[in-house]
Amino acid sequence: MLRDITFGQYYESHSLIHKTDPRIKIILLILLIVFIFLAKNGFALGFAVLSVITIMLITKIPLKLYFKNMKAILPVIIFTAVLNLFYGESGKVLLSFWKLQITTDGVSRAVFMATRIILLIFISSALTYTTTPNDLTDAIERLLSPLKFIGLKNAVHTLAMMMTIALRFIPTLIEEAEKIMNAQKARGADLENGKFTERVKALIPILIPLLISSVRRAYELAEAMECRCYNGGEGRTRMRQMHLAFRDFAVLGASLIICGGILTLNILL
Amino acid sequence: MDCIISVKNVTYEYKNEDAYRGEEAVVAAVKDLSLEIERGSFTVILGHNGSGKSTLAKMLNGLNKPTSGDIFVDGINTKDEEREIEVKSKVGMVFQNPDNQIIASIVEEDVAFGPENLGVPPKEIKERVNDALKSVGMLDFKESTPHRLSGGQKQRIAIAGIIAMQPECLVLDEPTAMLDPKGRAEIIETLIRLNKEKGITVVLITHYMEEAQNADRVLVMNDGEIIADDVPKVIFSDVERLKKVGLDVPQTAELLYNLKKNGFCVDTHALSIKEAAEEIIKALHSEE
Repeated sequence: MLRDITFGQYYESHSLIHKTDPRIKIILLILLIVFIFLAKNGFALGFAVLSVITIMLITKIPLKLYFKNMKAILPVIIFTAVLNLFYGESGKVLLSFWKLQITTDGVSRAVFMATRIILLIFISSALTYTTTPNDLTDAIERLLSPLKFIGLKNAVHTLAMMMTIALRFIPTLIEEAEKIMNAQKARGADLENGKFTERVKALIPILIPLLISSVRRAYELAEAMECRCYNGGEGRTRMRQMHLAFRDFAVLGASLIICGGILTLNILL
Repeated sequence: MDCIISVKNVTYEYKNEDAYRGEEAVVAAVKDLSLEIERGSFTVILGHNGSGKSTLAKMLNGLNKPTSGDIFVDGINTKDEEREIEVKSKVGMVFQNPDNQIIASIVEEDVAFGPENLGVPPKEIKERVNDALKSVGMLDFKESTPHRLSGGQKQRIAIAGIIAMQPECLVLDEPTAMLDPKGRAEIIETLIRLNKEKGITVVLITHYMEEAQNADRVLVMNDGEIIADDVPKVIFSDVERLKKVGLDVPQTAELLYNLKKNGFCVDTHALSIKEAAEEIIKALHSEE
């Protein structure tokens, strides 16, 4: 059934990373990505690879899930790698035809780039696998809250509220789409066969009722929210509070060491 | 009488645009209606589609403002923009479709939404959420996702979301219309309990007669006006009038009514199956 799909990719496994404060996780994700792209030489990048693998192992999430994520993005990796192959400016020429040539420098650029993208995917998956969509939304709202000092308080709150509602309505709308599809099939609509253009056309009688009902839902939801005294972000409290614990600082420390390691290897070698 | 809501000569009009003919007509959904709801009472408003009962409901907490006349909630006029939040926190509203009232993907977070909006301190929110979930019998589902629950359970979560704001009055606009019989029974049971145990005033709008049997008072609406206002027994014994405004009467009331019409000496005020059976037995004995 369509409605059994999980959105977001949360995978329960009670690891240290699962328990880490989502705010810390988001900051560390950004930090580690920056440092992965800063790694200039093979040693620094190798160190980054080792660190990311360690993090993946700590999450206790089956490694094949990580590779599943990578599959979708494989064309992008290959494309970037191939493009980089031809950008080598120095080094021994390995192959040359027409105006293009592949040099050793190009090959190492291609390998570096591909490795960086793969690491990027692995490390972002480590975040989405260990954090529920709700926690992510919450953490983003809290991380962006300093923006209120430049007059953007309501913008941040609105964004977070939109994300919360979107997440909440995904399964409801999937269910609704299923119902409409069945209703149209019962009326003889053919959704599976035919040429691409025909199938796209067959989607119109599904999308229009879905759109209309979404608008109606939105209207009713707005009324219900009003009845529950919703008045924007002003004066609102939150039931769930986020507190930094010792393990959050430990994780933060470990990550800073990784970043430091990459920098040192960059300079020394 | 200590009343929580008082409605004074209220009329509500809206423009009905006929897109095909390009005509525009002003329609009055509620006409010069006055009403008082006693604190702690259980009132049922009956009426068929288009009788103005939903329009009235939405006016009770200031969601819609009357075109003329005034509504007072605990002495506050619903037209008073500055005290809008206060009015809405005193009179909570539950709608027909539970799916369109739940805003968070986790039950407890959804129930916390109301108190969060009111700026209640986090610690107290937690207590209120637990209390509210307990009072609707859904505490075990605190950490579930709403879309995996049944219709009746979802509607109970919606009720808990309102209870957590600690309102004095609960207005429900056909809360059982989209539910199966089991879900419907769950909701009515919950409402009776909230009314009895927590003393919350309940105004239930419905078109299911059997839901009105436990009420202290039943109002029948037709064409924007209240045409009957009494205890359930009296309302249901007037079978002819109910049928005239397009409402079904409970089967027991209809049976007794038909028996009486055909010359049996029965009291048409009996509502429950047991009472009705006793009436019929009594009538049969007296025939002999």
